[in-house]
Amino acid sequence: MLELQNIQAGYGNVQALPDISLTIQKGEIITLIGANGAGKSTTLMAISGIVPCRSGKILLQGKEIQGLAPDRIVAMGVCQVPEGRHIFADLTVQENLDLGSFLRTDKAGIRQDLEYVYSLFPFLAERRHQSGGTLSGGEQQMLAMSRALMARPRLLLLDEPSMGLAPLMIKQIFAIIKAINQEHNTTIFLVEQNAHQALHIADRGYVIENGRIVLTDSAEKLLTNPEVQKAYLGI
Amino acid sequence: MMMTVKEIKKSLLVSLWFVFLTFPIMVIKVNPIERTVTWRWSNVLYVAVGSFVISLLAKAWLVRKARAAGRQQAACQARASILQELLHRPGYRYPLIIMFSGLALAFPHLFSTYQANIMTTALMYIVLGLGLNIVVGVAGLLDLGYVAFYAIGAYSYALLNLNFHLGFWAALPIGGLLAALFGLLLGFPVLRLRGDYLAIVTLGFGEIIRLVLENWNAFSKGPSGISNIPRPGFFGLEMSLDHAMIYMYYLMIGLVLLTVFVVNRLQHSRLGRAWLALREDEIACQAMGIDKTRIKLTAFALGAFWAGLVGVIFAAKTTFVNPASFTFLESAIILAIVVLGGMGSIVGVICSALILTLLPEYLRALSEYRMLAFGAILVAMMIFKPEGLIAAVRRTYRFHERKSVAALQDDE
Repeated sequence: MLELQNIQAGYGNVQALPDISLTIQKGEIITLIGANGAGKSTTLMAISGIVPCRSGKILLQGKEIQGLAPDRIVAMGVCQVPEGRHIFADLTVQENLDLGSFLRTDKAGIRQDLEYVYSLFPFLAERRHQSGGTLSGGEQQMLAMSRALMARPRLLLLDEPSMGLAPLMIKQIFAIIKAINQEHNTTIFLVEQNAHQALHIADRGYVIENGRIVLTDSAEKLLTNPEVQKAYLGI
Repeated sequence: MMMTVKEIKKSLLVSLWFVFLTFPIMVIKVNPIERTVTWRWSNVLYVAVGSFVISLLAKAWLVRKARAAGRQQAACQARASILQELLHRPGYRYPLIIMFSGLALAFPHLFSTYQANIMTTALMYIVLGLGLNIVVGVAGLLDLGYVAFYAIGAYSYALLNLNFHLGFWAALPIGGLLAALFGLLLGFPVLRLRGDYLAIVTLGFGEIIRLVLENWNAFSKGPSGISNIPRPGFFGLEMSLDHAMIYMYYLMIGLVLLTVFVVNRLQHSRLGRAWLALREDEIACQAMGIDKTRIKLTAFALGAFWAGLVGVIFAAKTTFVNPASFTFLESAIILAIVVLGGMGSIVGVICSALILTLLPEYLRALSEYRMLAFGAILVAMMIFKPEGLIAAVRRTYRFHERKSVAALQDDE
């Protein structure tokens, strides 16, 4: 579904990603784990075109998408939930969701998806006329995910969905990520610091260090890998 | 009302400070011809007492407001948007609209042509305010050079008429479109800028247009300007000056209605939603697939378009244009209209445009203190209604926070 070949990206003089290659199969949950500043978010930003790639190729179902404008990439079915949620605080819940389906024109499908996210998160339906900024952190994360789902993505990029949330809320969010993956066969690329939770729902994982992939394996094997346990799982 | 000693002390300091500030203009009177200096010490007393009382009253008002806000937020909010409320209630809506439109239509017949003339200017500022409201209020792009588009509209009519004898009605759309084109031109280089940097660049753009008009004599006749611009025709009818003024008035009423209609539709369209989203969060916009470039450029172009139209009308109304009419002060006033009206609120912009343009006229009674009073009113408005006269009503509800925490704990 998605293939990154020797991607280089960065900001100004800082080369955040010297060389990244990874592949994602259709229907998988892939997680990218790593420490602060390892290049996790930059990898996502590079895929969605918000940070330009300096060299290398990104193939989405065989088509090169590096260098395309972010809105073109969204139109091709790749939608990102940015780190720190970035919901539209002054707009209502409903308007936030409407903006998720900004590029779509199939009204019936949009309504169907709206019902789907409302069934996933019933509190959103109750508070549809409330401004997004009045929701709690966990609710905002769910709104951000719902907003991305409204684009009906084939590939959903999640950047640190557990950031700043209570442990129970994190559990709930991860259960929902799994549900989205299974019910809609949505491929999910999950970037997380909470490696433990992420590896529990993922099929495969990549470990990133200083902008390079240092390890990749199935999620179960990574969970039992002594190096990963020591560095990221705190065991 | 609780008035602690501390607050009275503060007010005393305020009044002392005001005495000091106003000392040169209120107390010392220099007569350069007779070379005498008069010291009007009695004024010190007036200023001191006046500022002391006003400061105390303002403090009392703020205390009361804070208390009311603490007590019942919901009630306070409902009161804040009473006009909006009236407009949305069907029982009041139509009588109100009929009353306003009746007043608007009868205005030139009820009052003198002079009054109608002032009102025409006010209507022009309404359209300018609504245009800038798209850029600043809705899309959140601070534009300090808006007057440039106004100038482009005015000069496009003046020059097209001078060189090609184009009439008003032909020049009107051309002026608007030219301004929109320049809006795009300004938009391209500032796409990556936000906030302060954007403000500086747009400020520079406004000055560049004015300086070009002032110095390129061969093109724009420089500071002496272009005169004898014809007023708009009405099917070739010859009109007296009075009638022409009244005609301009109705023309502006029509343009205001058109602007309100279009801007209202725009704000509630997909594009308007995207503008709001852009104002809120650029990264989220990109993640949602909103084309940042196109959205920003359309905001600049559509905002500039209205300024261009009003520019053409301005040229036709005064029959004379020169660069002195398009200084930064104009931009600042239009921006003040948007900010005071409440960013993004159409009714608010209309109200504040009327206030900001009519107030200086009716304050003429205060002669030389006119601008002082005007400034004081602006400061007072910003202190007491910082969100604008009529804040844009977004359909939001206050959230009962205590309840939500309880609900969350239930979930967990």
